[in-house]
Amino acid sequence: MHPRLELRNISKRYPGVVANDDVSLSIQPGEIHAVLGENGAGKSTLMKIIYGAAHADSGEIYCDGNLILAHNPAMSRALGIEMVYQHFALFESVSVVENIALSASSAFNLPSLAEKIRELSLRYGMPIDPHRQVHDLSVGERQRVEIVRCLLQAPKLLILDEPTSVLTPQAVVKLFDTLRQLAAEGCSIVYISHKLDEVQELCDTATVLRNGKVTGTARPKETTSLELARMMVGSKLPEMHVSPAAPSEKPVLEVRDLSAKARDHFGVDLKDVSFNVHGGEIVGLAGVSGNGQAELIALLSGERRHGQGDAIKINGTPAASLRPDERRKLGLAFVPEERLGRGAVPSHTLWENAVLTAHRFGTVRKGLVDRRRAAAFASGIIDRFKVKANGPAATAQSLSGGNLQKYIVGREIALAPKLLLVSQPTWGVDVGASAFIRQTIVDLSRAGTAVFVVSEELDELFEICDRLLVICQGRVSPPLLRTSTDREEIGLLMTGRTMGKDQTGSSSVALQD
Amino acid sequence: MRIAAPVLASVLTLIVGSIFFASLGHDPLPTLYAFFVEPLSSMNGLSEWLLKASPLILIACGLAIGFRANVWNIGAEGQFIMGAVAASGVGLFWSDPDSALLLPLMFLAGMAAGMAWAAIPAFLRSRMNTNEILVTLMMTYIATLFLSYLVHGPWRDPAGFNYPQTALLPAAAMFQSFDPAYRLNSSIFITVVAVFLMWLFTDRSFLGYKMSVSGAAPLAARYAGFRESAAVWIGLLAGGAAAGIAGMAEAAGPLGQLSPQVSPGYGFAAIIVAFIGRLNAFGIVLGGLLMSLLFLGGEGVQMTLALPSALTRIFQGILLFFLLAADFFIFYRIRLVRPAPDAHALETAR
Ligand SMILES: Nc1ncnc2c1ncn2[C@@H]1O[C@H](COP(=O)(O)OP(=O)(O)OP(=O)(O)O)[C@@H](O)[C@H]1O
Ligand SMILES: [Mg+2]
Repeated sequence: MHPRLELRNISKRYPGVVANDDVSLSIQPGEIHAVLGENGAGKSTLMKIIYGAAHADSGEIYCDGNLILAHNPAMSRALGIEMVYQHFALFESVSVVENIALSASSAFNLPSLAEKIRELSLRYGMPIDPHRQVHDLSVGERQRVEIVRCLLQAPKLLILDEPTSVLTPQAVVKLFDTLRQLAAEGCSIVYISHKLDEVQELCDTATVLRNGKVTGTARPKETTSLELARMMVGSKLPEMHVSPAAPSEKPVLEVRDLSAKARDHFGVDLKDVSFNVHGGEIVGLAGVSGNGQAELIALLSGERRHGQGDAIKINGTPAASLRPDERRKLGLAFVPEERLGRGAVPSHTLWENAVLTAHRFGTVRKGLVDRRRAAAFASGIIDRFKVKANGPAATAQSLSGGNLQKYIVGREIALAPKLLLVSQPTWGVDVGASAFIRQTIVDLSRAGTAVFVVSEELDELFEICDRLLVICQGRVSPPLLRTSTDREEIGLLMTGRTMGKDQTGSSSVALQD
Repeated sequence: MRIAAPVLASVLTLIVGSIFFASLGHDPLPTLYAFFVEPLSSMNGLSEWLLKASPLILIACGLAIGFRANVWNIGAEGQFIMGAVAASGVGLFWSDPDSALLLPLMFLAGMAAGMAWAAIPAFLRSRMNTNEILVTLMMTYIATLFLSYLVHGPWRDPAGFNYPQTALLPAAAMFQSFDPAYRLNSSIFITVVAVFLMWLFTDRSFLGYKMSVSGAAPLAARYAGFRESAAVWIGLLAGGAAAGIAGMAEAAGPLGQLSPQVSPGYGFAAIIVAFIGRLNAFGIVLGGLLMSLLFLGGEGVQMTLALPSALTRIFQGILLFFLLAADFFIFYRIRLVRPAPDAHALETAR
C-alpha cells in the first residue's frame, strides 16, 4: 500500500534562512504523526508546503502514491487535505458560516451549512454560533472555527498547526477523541504542538526538525517527554528557579468594584471585580476562555476606558479612564494575546515594531524616529530572547509564531515596567524558550515589578504565580495562595460550581489583602 | 509588486487608448505622439507641464498623509476652491493692494480656508463617526456652488461685461513668472518644499509613524494608545491645507482672478496621483508629472485633431481603473462558485 503522504527531499529557503533542508518523511493512512521542533525549526513552512500554500524550492510530494505537481490549497482540498493554520486564515468581516462556505470546495447552501456547523461543533465539544461575525470572536473561538471548518470536509489528511494553543483543556480532550476516531476511519493526521504531554497522548510517530533538517524520529508513546524535549532543543532544558515572593507594602495595581457591560451581546459583563497586585509578586488569572478575560484585559490595558477613574489604580493614581499610552507612563507594559495585528503590525519591520511601545525609550527624539536606536533596541531583544529572525529589518509577519511571541514579550520586558500585564505569555513558544520566558517573568517580579498573568494553562500558572484568581462568567474569585490550593479547586472554580455567596470549598482564601 | 502595478496600469492605459483612438478613426501612433510627446517638445509645453503638475503633486502629498492612515478625504476639489476663494478675497479687498505682505497673507488665507473646509468632516467623523468619504464629497458641491454665487453675485467685476468672474488681482497678489513669455511661476517652490515635508513626515517623523500604524493595523494603534481621532484630524487637515494652498497658487498664478472654472479637476485627479505614487513622496512626483501630461495631451489633441475634451477624463478614468485592477489581481485571485440549488426553493417550484 502507498503511504498517504510522502515527502522526498523537500528544501525551502527564505532570505537569510533555510527553512526546510532536505526533509523526507512518510505517513501511513490512519497514522497520527507529530512534527516537533524549536521555534523557527521550519514546521509551519513544511506544513504550508504540503498544503500548497507555499512552494518548495526542490523536492517532491506524493499523495497516495501520486506525485503532486503545480500545487495549491484548492487542489489540496480537492485531494482531501485540510489544514488549520497557526495564524488563522479567516475573513474578519463576515460570519462564521460564510467563512466556512468560502473555503468549501463544493457548492453550498448557507442555512443548512449553518445547522451542520452548530450540530457538529457541539458534538466535538467546541460550540460555535455560526452566525457570529468573526471579528467579534476571541482567539480561542477562532481556533474552534478553524478546526470545525476542517472537520466538516471529512478529510483524508488533516494538518493541525498548534491547534490546541488556546483551547480549553475540556475541548482538547474532546478534540483528541475526535481525532482518534478520524484516524480509526483511515484519516492521517499531522500534528504540531509544543505541548509534549499532548503529543505523547495522541501521536503514534514523530519527526523532529531542527534548523530545517530532520534530526530524528521517535515513538512518543514509548519516549519520555524529557527525551523528546532534548531531541528538539538539542541540549538540556533550563531549570526554573522560583524564589519566594517579597510583595511590596502598597499594591501597584488596585482594582475596586470594577463592573462593565460587555461591548456586544456575545461578550461577558464584568461584575464587581476587585483584586490587588503588589510589586514583587505574580498574580495569575485562571479561567475558561470567554468568561470575561478579554474584557478585563482591555480595561486594564486602557484599550477600553472606564468612566469611573478610580476603579483601577496604578501606583495609587486613578487610571481607569486613561488611554494606554498614559497608563504606560505610569509604568504599565502589556503583552496581548493576539501577536499579529495587535501586539505587532504584521507588515512593519521589527525595529518599527519596537517603536510601537518603546517610543519613550530613546527611539524617538525631537519628534523624529531614530532608526539607529530603534534598530539597536530591536537587536537587543533579538539577542536576549534568542529570537530567530533575519535582523531588525525583518518584517513581523516573516517570523515564526513562537519567535514573534518571544519578540513581543521581550519588548515589553525591556521597557522595565512597574506593572506587567501578560496574556498567554508562552503561547506557541517551544519548551526551551517557554522556560526562559517564565524565568524572565519571575526574575522581573522578584526585582520588584507587579505581574498579572492571564493564561489558560494551569500548569504554567502553578509554576510561576504566587496567588491565583479564577474568573467565571465575569466574576473574579477571591485570591488563592498557590501553595495552599490545587488544580482541582481551581478547576471547580473555573466551572463556577463553588462560586456564589457561600464560598464553600475555597478553603484556602488568601488573607493577604 | 508595489511598483509593478502603476507601470502595468500605465502600459494598459496606452494600449486601450490606442484602440480608442483607432475606433474614432485616428491612426493610433500619430495620435499618441500628439497626446504624449508633442506637448513636451516646446519650451512653453514644458512650462505648462510643470505648471499643471505642481498643484497635482502638492494636493496628492497632503491627501496621501491621510490615505496612509485610512482617512479618505476625497473632497480636495472643494478645499482647493475654498482656498482659491479665500486667497482671492484677501487679494481683491485688502486695504493696501501694493503691500509686500499681500501674497503671504493670501497664502495663509488659502491654507486656513482649505483646512477649515476639511475640519468640518474631521469634526463630524471624530465626534459623530460620520463617513468622511461622503461628507468631504458633499462639501465639494457646497464649495462649488458658493464660488458660483460669489462670481455671479457680490464679487462680480462691474467692469467685466457681465462675465461671471472677479476683477483681476493686483500685481502684488501674484506669483512672479520665471519668464514673462511662459506661465510657470515661483509657486512651484511651494510644491518642492511640500514634497520634502511629506517625505519627512511619512518616513521619519513619529507622528507619521503613528499614522501608518493606524492605517496598517488599527488594533495595534489602539494597543499602543495612538489616538484614532488624532489620525483623522491630521489626515484631513493635511489634505485641506495642501489643497487650499494649491487653490491659492492657482488664483494667484495662471488665473489671476476667480471664475467658476478655477479648477480643471485637480482635486479629484490628485487622488489618482496619490495612488499611482503609492502614497510615497517620490512616487507622487512621478504620478503628478504623468497626470499633468494627460491634461496637456488632452488639450493638445482637442486643438490639433479636434478630439473631444472629455478625452482627458476618460484617460484618467482608464488609468485609475487599471491601477485598481492591477492591485486587485496582484493581491487576490478570482474563483467561481456556484450556489447550491436551495432544496426548499426547488420544492416550492415544483
Ligand atoms: N514569509 C517568510 N519570509 C521570510 N522568512 C520566513 C517566512 N516564513 C518563515 N520564515 C522563516 O523560516 C523559518 C521557519 O519558520 P516556521 O514558521 O516554519 O517555523 P516553525 O517551526 O513553525 O516555528 P514556531 O514553532 O515558532 O511556529 C523561520 O526562521 C522564519 O523566520
Ligand atoms: Mg509555526
